[in-house]
Amino acid sequence: MASASSSSSSTNWIMESGEIPHVLAVDDSLIDRKLVEKLLRNSSCRVTTAENGLRALELLGLTNGEHSTLNGRSKVNLIITDYCMPGMTGYELLKKIKESSVMREVPVVIMSSENIPTRINKCLEEGAEMFMLKPLKESDVRELTCQLMNLGR
Amino acid sequence: MDGVTVQLEQQLFDYTASLFNEGFLDDQFNQLEQLQDETNPDFVVEVVTLFFDDAERLLNELTTSLGQENIDFKRLDAYVHQLKGSSSSIGAQTVHKTCISFCNFCTEKNVEGCLKSLQQVKHEYSLVKTKLETLFKMEQELLASRLSDLKVE
Repeated sequence: MASASSSSSSTNWIMESGEIPHVLAVDDSLIDRKLVEKLLRNSSCRVTTAENGLRALELLGLTNGEHSTLNGRSKVNLIITDYCMPGMTGYELLKKIKESSVMREVPVVIMSSENIPTRINKCLEEGAEMFMLKPLKESDVRELTCQLMNLGR
Repeated sequence: MDGVTVQLEQQLFDYTASLFNEGFLDDQFNQLEQLQDETNPDFVVEVVTLFFDDAERLLNELTTSLGQENIDFKRLDAYVHQLKGSSSSIGAQTVHKTCISFCNFCTEKNVEGCLKSLQQVKHEYSLVKTKLETLFKMEQELLASRLSDLKVE
């Protein structure tokens, strides 16, 4: 798996003990959405899926400046998004999230089937926590959720 | 345990092994099987069925696109990219590999190459579909045999 952490602090990852992580997974492929959802559920996460960037922004309440439909009651702890999506790419989605004062602290992970260093660096520089190579494996997701729940302490 | 069940188990084991040995499936398929559990006992069949539906749709689109007078290679590439992704996600290795060379021909705008690739990917898809359907049928037979073993006085 090609991954590297950005230089930002690990406090983004810390959750209250006992809290179940809520992950927003964004991918235009139905198969990949189903896969990532199962992977995350098997790692004890609650999952909401979105099929494109616009829908993701809607769910996060970032489309028209209103309060998030999700974050009101069920805070999103992690956003995992595919890079290659028609319309808004994962990179563009990442940028929008990082531009938002409300959502910028939420860690964003980018997934891609292609291992392109310039693409990876671009995402990390824009503030992505990690870059993961598809297809995702159980070990990838376990590592991810471990970091999220800061069990490595 | 009944002799029939033992035989079916052996046949299933051997058949599954052959699919991996012959390169039709790769480790990602194992990942799918590992994800299956009591909360989602039909996970593999569900995801593979999604793949079949998706692949058939894409193969139709590809056929139509390549039949145009002015071939839209960008659109073609987008379809192949989708098929490449979904085949990789379920571990359909032969289909995935064929898609990789298909993508290259799209980039090169090589019509001849694209036509050959389409033929090849249709062939590979048809093969792996038959094999997976056989695999699922064998699993059903084994399950039925195990159930009937339980009923024997």
